[in-house]
Amino acid sequence: MINIGEIKKSLLSALWFMLLTFPIMVIRVNTIDHTIQWRWERLVWVGGAVFILSFAWRYLLRRRQASARQTVMDIQTRGLVSHLLQRPREIFQTPSVRRPAMGLALVFLLALPLIFSWNRTILMTNVLIYVVLGLGLNIVVGLAGLLNLGYAAFFAVGAYSYALLNHHFGLGFWTVLPIGAGLGALFGILLALPVLRLRGDYLAIVTLGFGEIIRLMLENWNDFSFGPSGIDNIAPPGLFGLSLTLQQTHTFIYYLMIALTTLTVVVVRRLENSRVGRAWVALREDEIACQAMGIDKTKAKLSAFALGSTWAGTAGVVFAAKQKFINPYSFTIWESIMILCIVVLGGMGSIPGVMIGGLIMVLLPELLKEYADYRWLLFGAILVLMMVFRPGGIISDVRKAYAFEAEEEEPHHG
Amino acid sequence: MNFDYFFQLFLGGLTRGSIYALIALGYTMVYGIIELINFAHGEIYMIGAFTALIVIGVLTFAGWNGTAVLVIAAIVAMLYAAAYGWTMEKIAYKPLRKAPRLSALLSAIGMSLFLQNYVRLAQTANFLPFPNLIPDFAFLKPAARFIRPSEIVIYATTAIVMAGLTLLIKFTRMGKAMRATAQDREMAQLLGVDVDRVISTTFVLGSATAALGGVLIASHVGQINFYIGFLAGIKAFVAAVLGGIGSLPGAVLGSLVLGWTESFFTGYVSSDYEDAFAFLFLVLILIFRPSGILGRKAMEKV
Amino acid sequence: MKNRWIGGRSIPKILALAVIVATACIMAGCAQKQDASKTQKAQALPPIKIAVVGSHSGDLASYGIPTVRAAELVVAQRNSVCGVNGRKVELIIEDDVCKPEIATNSATKVVGEGAQAVLGHICSGATKAALGIYKESKIVTMSPSATNPALTQSGEYPNFFRTIAADDAQAKLEVAFVLDVLKAKKIAVLHDKGDYGKGLAEFAKRFVEADSRGEVVLFEGITPGAVDYSAIVNKINQAGAEAVIYGGYHPEASKIVAQMRKKAMTTLFISDDGVKDDTFIKVAGEYAEGVYATGPVDTTQNPIAIEAIAAHKAKYGEEPGAFYLNAYAAILALINAFEKSCSTNYDDLVNALRSEWVATPLGIIKFDARGDAIGVGFAMYQVQSGKYVEVR
Repeated sequence: MINIGEIKKSLLSALWFMLLTFPIMVIRVNTIDHTIQWRWERLVWVGGAVFILSFAWRYLLRRRQASARQTVMDIQTRGLVSHLLQRPREIFQTPSVRRPAMGLALVFLLALPLIFSWNRTILMTNVLIYVVLGLGLNIVVGLAGLLNLGYAAFFAVGAYSYALLNHHFGLGFWTVLPIGAGLGALFGILLALPVLRLRGDYLAIVTLGFGEIIRLMLENWNDFSFGPSGIDNIAPPGLFGLSLTLQQTHTFIYYLMIALTTLTVVVVRRLENSRVGRAWVALREDEIACQAMGIDKTKAKLSAFALGSTWAGTAGVVFAAKQKFINPYSFTIWESIMILCIVVLGGMGSIPGVMIGGLIMVLLPELLKEYADYRWLLFGAILVLMMVFRPGGIISDVRKAYAFEAEEEEPHHG
Repeated sequence: MNFDYFFQLFLGGLTRGSIYALIALGYTMVYGIIELINFAHGEIYMIGAFTALIVIGVLTFAGWNGTAVLVIAAIVAMLYAAAYGWTMEKIAYKPLRKAPRLSALLSAIGMSLFLQNYVRLAQTANFLPFPNLIPDFAFLKPAARFIRPSEIVIYATTAIVMAGLTLLIKFTRMGKAMRATAQDREMAQLLGVDVDRVISTTFVLGSATAALGGVLIASHVGQINFYIGFLAGIKAFVAAVLGGIGSLPGAVLGSLVLGWTESFFTGYVSSDYEDAFAFLFLVLILIFRPSGILGRKAMEKV
Repeated sequence: MKNRWIGGRSIPKILALAVIVATACIMAGCAQKQDASKTQKAQALPPIKIAVVGSHSGDLASYGIPTVRAAELVVAQRNSVCGVNGRKVELIIEDDVCKPEIATNSATKVVGEGAQAVLGHICSGATKAALGIYKESKIVTMSPSATNPALTQSGEYPNFFRTIAADDAQAKLEVAFVLDVLKAKKIAVLHDKGDYGKGLAEFAKRFVEADSRGEVVLFEGITPGAVDYSAIVNKINQAGAEAVIYGGYHPEASKIVAQMRKKAMTTLFISDDGVKDDTFIKVAGEYAEGVYATGPVDTTQNPIAIEAIAAHKAKYGEEPGAFYLNAYAAILALINAFEKSCSTNYDDLVNALRSEWVATPLGIIKFDARGDAIGVGFAMYQVQSGKYVEVR
């Protein structure tokens, strides 16, 4: 596998990258103190790293090309990596493994606050909030194929609706939960209505703009949102009038989130297999063909946005209740991109994928706090690498196979 | 209405617009050819500015000064930015030619994140002052209240770059190949156009333009950090869409319209919602004239 | 098939596991040895645990790191003698990246690790989000930098203290200076839309409006990171403002000042602690000349401050960063409270903080009933020949 040609190629890449990164990696000019720092050792690191990585890169590219040529079902001839990734799913799909495994996972999740500390409970609550957000965004991006770069705005709508209604009118958590969900859906439709005609990239940039508009409103419109200083002392969710300590409240919210996540999974799974769910997938695969088949494009898009943002609104209400304090900084474009990363990393369109994505994206930075500075660098690299080598994510959508069958069945119905 | 004030806002808008235009030109070229929102374009602009800052630092340290330093720095910055653009295309976009456009867009977002943080970690997160090496033109002295030398240079560069790129696309062989690729990539390939080379060239040209913009804008603003590319890139994209994406004069016109809109909005209404208004404007344009001011209506290829 | 797969994979897996276990054992062994040598000195008493929470990574790291350094320097010095009442001080360092949702995380984490006092957080928003948790866990919290007035004035957080004056004090000083000393009548108030800048600007606006001598002719937020501020600068000119009060940080301030001066505008520019930073002068260069900014009362002649700065230079080879002296004062105050109260009990600590004076780099301070430090204030500075000079 490794021959002279390969080594030559890698050497060339290494040299190229050494040249490319030379000014930024090696020289550090400080125009404030008028000093120049030369960091030659970095050149060696870059060269070495690129030399090794370029082998991996070319190997993976070749593999990708090879697998693209093969038929989908031909597992035997697939390479080692996808083989290993393929196996767990097959094992997991056999009911005798699946049920006990799911049961165990559920028991573990339920017992978590009893075993672990307050901090771990909060952390898992965060994971669950992001999983719900990811599942919601997954409806829009993964299923319907509409890139939404302003998803955090709907999250903000939920959070602020609870914070404000609670602050001004003293409304309780349980009253606002459906209101927040409803407002999320409403804003989803408000955004979707004008952008229905837009496709792909334009849609992405408009949703990005929409997200920024919402954030700027929250920052600027002090009379309404209290501006950048945020809203304090948001009431915790009530539990039959019991007075709970903060820790108990957090534990309660954790269980609430488990219930909400379960609900989300059930609903999304139902949606996926419903008429409208199939319409979304059709929309994603080919908009024109989908229209030709008589699917109401407008309705499908509107429902995708509305249902997707409902979850963000709901999660927002819980987030505000958990935080007790919110300000606009929690809802920036980077939040939207982080949720997008969860969906992409886990696998667009796949529910377990999004769950794993949420786990990784929330827990990994927490575990690798010493490397917190490298977090966004890593996220960026992951996005690129995932797109190039595994666009389907860690767990790619199984639906593809399903859609394949359906395609063959279709003529009989029609 | 106070005409003096109006005129100043007009000039401010012109400057802003020309700044957006320098970035938007490259954006629109890349989009025109491969229909990809190159999110990392703003980062290339930032890298251009950083490279220039480093070159200027090294040269001044070696005892050089004056406009020559700026010219050398700009040339090096353009070369490096072109190299970054070329490499970026090879890594993040070329393998995704046949993939859905969503994948390429996500890859572009990833690239943008990566480059931002690469510069932040390799250099610094703080703002660095960027020396102003644009000479004080003597003929501008009387108008100092209205216009600064850096602004004149930015206007002139924008006009020259736009004209140069337009001529290149209209009259050279490569330009013809670019137009062919933009119209129908597969067909162009069948007719013997080296599509890979065309796309690489587009990235190289677009990136070099962005770097030139980076150097001039940094000289004008006087400071840079790793984050300057993000907002500028998004604004430039908005401008390109306004003008009709894929069209070079459209990009400049869209940028100017956006610059004036922001300037007058700040001047007569409020800068609180300056960005919000810019985005709102984009949404309105896309609803009522999705192809932009100068763009032609795109035919959907089935 | 299944077995073969597991079997095929198990060899490298076991090997990898073995390597990991081996390394872990070696590392644990080292740690034990180190611990043993430490504990010999510290006798049997458990250490006092103080958490240091703030932004230690990301774009706001430069505001959080100096606090960690201050705490480490003071604690190392303390532990090298006899600690606090014979007990060592142990620091628990947590990063909250200034985000509220991470801050609650960090707060519960340090509570879980048994922190008896917290030095932090750095940003007001993160502090607000975390304070509820500390309040319930009865942990004294002292911030070197959270200036939001509500933190102490709302009365919600009896466990909160700070060694920095609140925004309203700073705004009051700025407005008084503009009206009394500079005698400007038409004032433009600008801010960067941020928590700190906007809060300050709003107070400034309120104080100007309350005074019959001045008039707010413009109140606006600028967009941080914009390529050009000529429109807002023209607007200042158009409004006929004699002075600009700006709430925010130095990158935007230097752009606005430079653009004003390049347009030959001589409008006075008064800003805040976020601008009273030498970086501002270096970035804005000649245009910085004459700019006013409020900052903590100059205590660099205070012997403890001299010592603190010298210690920082000795260890890190550079001048300390933002809030370093405030953090130094805070950790000294906390340690003093532990020492004087001879206790780690919450009520005793709060009492000690409110009643015992302590010598810090900021002067001799104690805390009032709301948690603000008595004896910590702001002074006005002006850039004169490339340096901030206190104006009296």
